[in-house]
Amino acid sequence: MEKRVVFRSAWLPYLLVAPQLAITVVFFFWPAAQAVWYSFQLQDAFGLKTQFVGLQNFAHLFRDHNYLESFKVTAMFSALVAFFGIAISLLLATMADRVLRGAMAYKTLLIWPYAVAPAIAGVLWAFLFAPSIGIVTYVLKGWGVDWNWIINGDQAMLLVVIASVWKEISYNFLFFLAGLQSIPKSLIEAAAIDGAGPARRFWTIAFPLLSPTTFFLLVVNIVYAFFDTFGVIDATTQGGPGQATNILVYKVYHDGVKAADLGGSSAQSVILMFIVIALTVVQFRFIERKVQY
Amino acid sequence: MKIKILAVALLSVGLTSTNAQAQTEIQWWHSMGGALGEKLNVLADKFNAGQKDYKVVTTYKGSYPESMTAAIAAFRAGSGPNLLQVFEVGTATMMAAKGAIVPVAQVMADAKEPFDPKAYLPTVTGYYSDLKGNMLSFPFNSSTVMFYINKDAFKKAGLDPNKAPKTWKEVLADAEKLKAAGQQCVYTTSWPSWTHIENFSAWHNVPIGTKQNGMGGLDTVFSINSPLHVRHIGMLSDMAKKGLFTYAGRTNQGDAKFSSGECAMFTGSAGAQAGIKKAGKVDWSINFIPYHDDVKGAPQNSIIGGASLWVMGGKKPAEYKGVAKFLAFLSRPEIQMEWHTGTGYVPITLASYELTRRSGFYDKNPGADMPVKQLTNKAPTANSKGLRFGNFVQGRTVIEEELEEVFSGKKDAKTALDDAVKRGNEILRQFEAANK
Repeated sequence: MEKRVVFRSAWLPYLLVAPQLAITVVFFFWPAAQAVWYSFQLQDAFGLKTQFVGLQNFAHLFRDHNYLESFKVTAMFSALVAFFGIAISLLLATMADRVLRGAMAYKTLLIWPYAVAPAIAGVLWAFLFAPSIGIVTYVLKGWGVDWNWIINGDQAMLLVVIASVWKEISYNFLFFLAGLQSIPKSLIEAAAIDGAGPARRFWTIAFPLLSPTTFFLLVVNIVYAFFDTFGVIDATTQGGPGQATNILVYKVYHDGVKAADLGGSSAQSVILMFIVIALTVVQFRFIERKVQY
Repeated sequence: MKIKILAVALLSVGLTSTNAQAQTEIQWWHSMGGALGEKLNVLADKFNAGQKDYKVVTTYKGSYPESMTAAIAAFRAGSGPNLLQVFEVGTATMMAAKGAIVPVAQVMADAKEPFDPKAYLPTVTGYYSDLKGNMLSFPFNSSTVMFYINKDAFKKAGLDPNKAPKTWKEVLADAEKLKAAGQQCVYTTSWPSWTHIENFSAWHNVPIGTKQNGMGGLDTVFSINSPLHVRHIGMLSDMAKKGLFTYAGRTNQGDAKFSSGECAMFTGSAGAQAGIKKAGKVDWSINFIPYHDDVKGAPQNSIIGGASLWVMGGKKPAEYKGVAKFLAFLSRPEIQMEWHTGTGYVPITLASYELTRRSGFYDKNPGADMPVKQLTNKAPTANSKGLRFGNFVQGRTVIEEELEEVFSGKKDAKTALDDAVKRGNEILRQFEAANK
């Protein structure tokens, strides 16, 4: 028998969700609508003169060779962040799930980085990897590696990926750990009795059963990489050297917040919004089919 | 008992707020962190202690771009400070915002406070005035690019530590010797665009852009891909390949590389002296920036960096009176001297420079007057007065990105500077269209 809760009054359910709706409208829909509106305008920094320019801001962006290049950089960055963020946290969650003694301490330590602000995570890693004073640089030098992300684009990319992944591992870890703990022990035990080793048990039982979690995290991580990483970039490479780490969202931040070019920055964020909507639709359409609930 | 305390607290709040009402408050937003912020507060306190009608309230609003963004957001919401400290690259943006700011010359004239633009160094006046010579903002903290050498490293390489290279030819020759003597980092720089494009152009009397470096109108275009610019950036790129030049980053990262003794030669802000002194690790000297000796008229004069104070619009008349009084206070030679000697920024009025000289400060701190001498090396030309490019925050980023493409070997100097001009001009056209 299905159990349903029915409100007697008609307006009470709406009243109960009203605060959440209000927050969503005020902090999500309203700014998004404003971004769309600004993206058709040309304004001076102080908003004293406003002109409606239609699609000119967009045309301007697509004429810019560097902006188009930034799509490639963003794709690469997001793929790396999502892949390593998920892979490493899955590995850690699997390990932590097997720990018998002091499990709480491990788990707490692994969740810790999530409480660190992105900009601080960036500064932290930038210090560790600083070209002349960083401790990691010092060790790498001992191994004969010339580490200088100030001028080496690939190393700069590596640095921002490491910092962004580190920040996201905790979040992913929590979900994976919860997912692993909800897998019935009897399944694992039965497989063990049939002679399946730990690797086989993981790939044939745990991994497929985790697929809803993995799928959810894939969506969340890609959104994170697209939108939430400008703090890390700003604190470390600021998009450089050259264009090596200039991802789309960082350019939105730089042009809008630092350079006060509202029209251009809004046009970019509208484009970014459409990309993420498209990506999410694609993920739900095609990848979700492979998910076993 | 609790109620009593509360009542007393309320009463005292009430009393102080009536006190404050009698005084007109002047809000001043600035970007001077750490020791500089303390010095700035000393100035405000002195002004507040000296009279009773006005009270200057200082607020640190983060870095230069952050405080400017905060003020723009506040203005859009209908509030904001009376005085805002804006860095030099924001000058064009502020100037174009006619309804948001009040020209300093007008504020002073309205309040009948004495104010003479001629009292300031010509390079300073030029940077912050319109073409008619009206000062639009009040110059506050100014510096310029200087050339530093590590005397210990020079000695080790068998070079005369008291003879710093004067031309880029000499820099190259000394660099080879330093490298041969085992110097890991030979030359580095802070602020690559400000040093190697903006000041480089002024120092060699070549334009950064048309229309007097943008001062003559919004329809300016960049001209930083001239043969001389290409040659200079090409030279730096060659130096980088040979290990004679180490790129440090877009802002002041070079400072630490020099003050720690890692690099033997360095171009950076005159304000870097304080940090080098504080680190106390190297025996150093401060010198004029090198020039190419085959360029006619070089060296000309260098241009300033730093920030000025803008008077924001839409405030009460009494507040403007207070702002004018405060700016008149800041112009006093003894106050200027205190700021100059305490911070390392350039003395921006001729009177304060004279006063500092007579006080014997420069005898005790050799080299402290080099920045002023370099700024006033010759009477400024249209190419060396300063620059005014719309949305130069983005423009400078473009230049820095393209320079990085050169130093990392991805582009040659000509291609990169052509690209910088092309991309920079797009930004200028956008700004022109937005501020028609």
